[in-house]
Amino acid sequence: MIARCLFGVLALMFAGLAAQAQTGTLITSLSRDLVLIQSNFTGETIALFGTYSAPPATNAGYDVVVTVRGPRGAVTVRRKQQWGPFWFNLDSRRYIAIPSFIAVLSNRDIAAIASAEVREDLRIGIAPLIPAQTAARGNDPEFRASLQRIRENEGLFFEDEEGVKLISPTVFQARIELPGIAPLGKYDVDVALFQAGAVVASQALSFMVTKSGTEQIIARASYIYPLSYGIITSLMALFFGWLASVIFRRD
Amino acid sequence: MQIYLPIAELPVNMLLVLALGAAVGFISGLFGVGGGFLMTPLLIFIGIPPAVVVATQGPQIAASSLTGSLLYWRRKALDFRLAAVLIAGGIVGTLLGVMFFNQMRRIGQLETVIAVSYVVLLGSIGTLIFIESSRALARSRGGKVEAGRRAGRHQWYEGLPFKMRFQRSGLYISIIPLLAISVFIGFVGAVLGIGGGFILVPALIYIFRVPSNVVVGTSLFQILFTMIAATLLHSVSSHAVDMFLALLLIIGGVFGAQFGARIGTKLRSEVFRLLLAILILAVAARFAADIVTQPVEAFSATATETAR
Repeated sequence: MIARCLFGVLALMFAGLAAQAQTGTLITSLSRDLVLIQSNFTGETIALFGTYSAPPATNAGYDVVVTVRGPRGAVTVRRKQQWGPFWFNLDSRRYIAIPSFIAVLSNRDIAAIASAEVREDLRIGIAPLIPAQTAARGNDPEFRASLQRIRENEGLFFEDEEGVKLISPTVFQARIELPGIAPLGKYDVDVALFQAGAVVASQALSFMVTKSGTEQIIARASYIYPLSYGIITSLMALFFGWLASVIFRRD
Repeated sequence: MQIYLPIAELPVNMLLVLALGAAVGFISGLFGVGGGFLMTPLLIFIGIPPAVVVATQGPQIAASSLTGSLLYWRRKALDFRLAAVLIAGGIVGTLLGVMFFNQMRRIGQLETVIAVSYVVLLGSIGTLIFIESSRALARSRGGKVEAGRRAGRHQWYEGLPFKMRFQRSGLYISIIPLLAISVFIGFVGAVLGIGGGFILVPALIYIFRVPSNVVVGTSLFQILFTMIAATLLHSVSSHAVDMFLALLLIIGGVFGAQFGARIGTKLRSEVFRLLLAILILAVAARFAADIVTQPVEAFSATATETAR
């Protein structure tokens, strides 16, 4: 068993070496790949560890950018406009495949790590991760900028230039802070290692955020057995209503 | 203390929700109204998605109206025959309301519909109660006796076909206007997450001249059934009923309502109708301000579909 594991690790390392013979091997690992939401869930921190074994000559100093993307989905952005004396949602744009969560963690300001073109190219940073195309009615940069602003204010999109700590010349650590309102689903984690403004190694990981225990039972029941769910909720309500009339009966 | 809501999919402060339930329960006990018209805006304000808020009002109002109904039943202040007619209309209205609710949610105008309806409904009902109660207050100060109901005088809508006798209320009227008003109340109840007692009670008193001793009990009994219907229909169609949220609201509401009811008996009826009118108008003004003032953030983003 141990021999097989060792063989596996070696094979992995050789595969990595073969692919990036010039640079070095990046090995990363998340502290967990499953985040279970229970009734006391208010957010969670996931730690990411990484080691980079670079050949001595190029081991000059490197930067790490960790990009975390939540499950993608369609988002409708609406704008209130004046209609007579009233303000109503009159204009809207529908964006498809917008990540529900974006965290860009780095060891220093990403603008200093790579040039704007490189970042745009590699989708590093919040803005490059928001596709500009809308489903209809043409693009409007104002809508896209508003989407980014709204999600940033909600704490679902953020950049943290102190999110990655370089512990030693070869070891780094990142803390992924998931808020309580984190959407459920599969999260993609991309780790990119930069040297002199260019990517020298990268790796993709993922984790799941899912409900568990009572939360999961209730949420599933509401979808799979909606009528029974409604009946049980009603009976619960009636029970408490009746109980109150018994407890507080005065006549 | 935080608790994660399984359907709303966010954590909320449990004590805050319990306190909201208790505060609204207190007011509903005090005035004998369901309090949905206060609870819905408050819950939306603390960040719970409007669809979940409206759908979850069903079980909450069902619980409080059962407590109330049982009380009036024991006092025999409940007209079951009249309630049955109102329930029939109410369930039809609820069905239509849930369909309309889902359609508005789909096209993204739910919040606007809720805001405009609140302004129109609360504004008009609040004004009516305000005028009526301040007149009554002025009259009682002046020492004049209120003119009672005159025998033999009937409105045109009472003489429509399908007349029915309601012995408990001492009425013999057509069920058509009764059904019409209950369909309307079921409809707005399902769309706005309210019981509709604050519309039904004045309607029964002023339009149908139902004796005031059976009005509240009958109205509560009708609301109980329409809210159970709303709970079931919202569960099946929008999956937005949050059991945890409902439980917290019910527990808070039960206690609040009892204390409210105790204090309510000490207030003079004209005074508290006037206070109720002011409260209703304040909520209407809050929504009106939302619609007519330029929003700080003109944009809003709603996730419509998420691949899981």
